[in-house]
Amino acid sequence: MVEFRGVSKLYAGDVGLDQATFSVERGEFVFLVGSTGSGKSTLMRLLIKELEPTSGTIRVAGHDLDDIQRKRVPYFRRNIGVVFQDFKLLPNRTVYDNVAYALQVTGGSRKEIRAKVPDILRLTGLSTKLHNLPHQLSGGEQQRVSIARAFVNHPPLLLADEPTGNLDPETSIDIMRLLYRINRTGTTVLVATHDQTMVDKMRRRVLELSRGRVIRDEAAGLYTRDETTRDLAQRLRAPSARPPGLQQ
Amino acid sequence: MKLGFFLREAVRAVRRSAAPSFAAVATVLVTMLVLGVFIPIVQATNGAANTVRSRVEVDVYMKTKSTAADAARVRKELLAVPHVRSVQFISKQAAYAQQSKADPQAYKLLGSNPLPDTFHVIPDNPANVLSVHNALASAGTGPTRPGGGSGTIDSAIQSVSNKRNDTKKILEVTNLVTITAAALTVLLTIASVLLIANTIRLSLYSRRREVEVMKLVGATDWFIRWPFVIEGVVVGAAGALLAIVVLGVTKVALLDPLAGNWALIAAPRTIPFTALIAVLMVAGVAVSALGSGLSLRRFLRV
Repeated sequence: MVEFRGVSKLYAGDVGLDQATFSVERGEFVFLVGSTGSGKSTLMRLLIKELEPTSGTIRVAGHDLDDIQRKRVPYFRRNIGVVFQDFKLLPNRTVYDNVAYALQVTGGSRKEIRAKVPDILRLTGLSTKLHNLPHQLSGGEQQRVSIARAFVNHPPLLLADEPTGNLDPETSIDIMRLLYRINRTGTTVLVATHDQTMVDKMRRRVLELSRGRVIRDEAAGLYTRDETTRDLAQRLRAPSARPPGLQQ
Repeated sequence: MKLGFFLREAVRAVRRSAAPSFAAVATVLVTMLVLGVFIPIVQATNGAANTVRSRVEVDVYMKTKSTAADAARVRKELLAVPHVRSVQFISKQAAYAQQSKADPQAYKLLGSNPLPDTFHVIPDNPANVLSVHNALASAGTGPTRPGGGSGTIDSAIQSVSNKRNDTKKILEVTNLVTITAAALTVLLTIASVLLIANTIRLSLYSRRREVEVMKLVGATDWFIRWPFVIEGVVVGAAGALLAIVVLGVTKVALLDPLAGNWALIAAPRTIPFTALIAVLMVAGVAVSALGSGLSLRRFLRV
């Protein structure tokens, strides 16, 4: 689904990403960890072609990003849902309109919008907030709107950059549970975070970056694939008894 | 469907950001008002300058004893001079009749007619009047002409009027007026465009995050741009319309009653009011729509 081969990104002398090489299979749930400045955001922004790599090749769903013309970038981005730490909602549109915009962009008909938007808002637990404006919602609710917007097109790949960075632990669990639910529908999910306890408890594959280098790629196969979202949430809420089988 | 969507988006934008929209409308209104007043003034000024310039001519006085045959020959020669558009002949009898009507007693006292036959030589362009004058007055340098005399192109000519200094002054002053008016027009146009573009840019700047989000969701440039362009059209049309209303009221209430007394206002060369309305409308809408579309460009680079 995603493949990085020797990808480097330099910012006017500073290293953003240094010879990163890894690949993510379809349907995987991958954490991207590392301190600030380690290259997580750079990696995300490279994936949506907001930035161009200095060297190396990036492939997403079989496309070499280098081959995508500037004009085609919007169409490429429609295959990737993106969730941001600061939500990036359109401030003067209602919840409903924010989600609908992602469909309008792709030329979705009014009928399609009327069918899909309530659906996805129900999935994300926002059915009662359809006509609220973003500033009338809590942080967790705003983040759920942003996830709903990212997922309403059912993209094969979902990127989340620090989705729980601004949220309290309980809300974070809700968000993770939602992302896991989306992952269970077959969507590849890539989550950048530095919430170490959350990463430990989720028991998913972890890619660790430091100064732009991939220094750890592990835990693949450690997790139980068929966990229900309810079980996951329960496990996440449990006081941090270290789950068996996960080494520090 | 799509056009409807863009229209709704534009209307939403105007409604939601009422203050910036109002600022943009006000800017367009003020600039269009200034343009609307300035265009007729420049035109009236240019018209006046041109009227003065069109009176610039060279007078050729014949010798008193010249005959009708001389006059006919000179007329042909004058017409052959480069840059001469037309030649007007005033016979001594016509001149006498004209002058004696103006001052009958003085001319009765004179008894005889002292006036010569006269040609008014009108150049094709007022700027060429000096070269025409030179060609007529300095025949010494040119090829010999039939009956060539000293100083002029024909021996039957007594003299060529020498209003060199006056002519020069008139040309200089009218040139200055025209150039100043043109320069002011250019400056004013630039100022209007910049002012409107800046106002639009400010209102876009407050929405640049929105544009960024749209790009990240996968909107194409034109999908984002159309609502902004339509918004520009709406704002430009509103501003221009208000300006036209103000101008119209001013014209009917203040200028029209004066027009009868004051020639400059009624000057026939100024633009008709309907044309002025059209110019302002088109200018307001075009500048504002283009401004929105172009200013957006830098925010679209995400």
